[in-house]
Amino acid sequence: MDRFERQHILSGFGIESQQKLQNANVLVIGAGGLGCPILLYLAAAGVGKIGIMDGDVISLSNLNRQVLFGENDLGKAKVSVAADYLRKKYSDIGIEEIPEFITNANALEIMSDYDLIIDGTDNFSTRYLVNDACVLLKKPLVFGAIYEHEGQILVFNSAKEGGTNYRDLYPNPPAATEIPNCNETGVLGVLPGIIGVMMATEAIKVLTGYAESLENKILFFNSLNYQTYTIDFNSNSEFKKLIPGSFEAFRAKDYSLSCETIQSVDWDFALSQMNSDRILVDIREASEMPKLEREEVLYLPMSKLLKESKSLLAAGEVFLFCQSGIRSLKAVTELQKVLPGKSIYSIKGGIAAFLSKQEESNTYGN
Amino acid sequence: MTIATLSGFGNRKMETKEQKISVRAFGMIAEKIGSGQIQLTGISTVEELRDSLFEKFPDLKNMKFSIAINKQLVSGNAPIPADSEIALLPPFSGG
Repeated sequence: MDRFERQHILSGFGIESQQKLQNANVLVIGAGGLGCPILLYLAAAGVGKIGIMDGDVISLSNLNRQVLFGENDLGKAKVSVAADYLRKKYSDIGIEEIPEFITNANALEIMSDYDLIIDGTDNFSTRYLVNDACVLLKKPLVFGAIYEHEGQILVFNSAKEGGTNYRDLYPNPPAATEIPNCNETGVLGVLPGIIGVMMATEAIKVLTGYAESLENKILFFNSLNYQTYTIDFNSNSEFKKLIPGSFEAFRAKDYSLSCETIQSVDWDFALSQMNSDRILVDIREASEMPKLEREEVLYLPMSKLLKESKSLLAAGEVFLFCQSGIRSLKAVTELQKVLPGKSIYSIKGGIAAFLSKQEESNTYGN
Repeated sequence: MTIATLSGFGNRKMETKEQKISVRAFGMIAEKIGSGQIQLTGISTVEELRDSLFEKFPDLKNMKFSIAINKQLVSGNAPIPADSEIALLPPFSGG
């Protein structure tokens, strides 16, 4: 008997399907609320090789839903804590750590090593980027996303002819200001747990051919009333034109959301502008790490920003940043209403972009 | 122009021969509408559906969503048969 006995004896699954899992090579992008349950169950099911990709570190507010992490892990890289945990549990699978955020510079090279990609990230830029890369590489993609008490799950691009992709459903990304992520909206930790396990289920179906996957369908799930709703859709050749036609075009495409370009600046620009009448404002809540240790930083969390906006009056120019650049972009719009005429900018990519910039200069600098 | 009415809204329940459709909404769209399901009357195309929704719920104008008729995604100005179930499907990104 081995640890997969109960899968071997499952009618229609058997040793053959188990072998397919053992031979599979799966990349889980995002080791957060969705990624944690996906990783737990794929490792338990015996997927032979699992890549974990995420450039983020663990913070206290992650712990209600990111069940691979605990109080002793704060500030550590998500991928290494997740990988250690799974390696301790199971000796018969391989775990690969990729401690980076996915970008159009690294996506094609990293993803091409895997048979199946699972997207458990938390923003639209990344989701369109991953989708387009999967289309170019012809990789099946399991997609799942949540909003408050609801989730949606899809399977794209599986080997069958006429497979669909995300742009068949939503050709273009929404404006950044329209859509909150989990850091801004509340979420009960159980919801990504449920949706993540459903994504792992779809991954097992795609890898083994066991049962029918959600190819060409979108499933909505609501955790308040347990209702599900499934829509059928087809591929649309018009929308395919929105996907870069070549690897070169993919690498050259700007995946940051279009409205970001109006009020957003990058870190190099913001830091080069620093002088006495310009300030950097960290709009994250106090518990969010890591902090940017510079004396020009004013800590004014989103929850107090509008009430205490007067403290920004003295500044000539205001540069807002958050974790990933989504909240700060929204904050620009809100703040401009109460401080009309003031020059207010959002720093693209937030603290995450600062960290990867720093890492880059450590690697390539003198 | 057809006038769409939210049935069961207020005390005037309109008796009408116009076709009824049921509209289901998800995520932020349901929030803006204030319900996961409403009934509309006098709507026979996707264009009319959008006009009616935008008139009642102006916030929806700035939101992205796809539309399904009887659980099949549609694009463009598709006809809406009587007694159809429409679904308004916003994209989610959280994880």
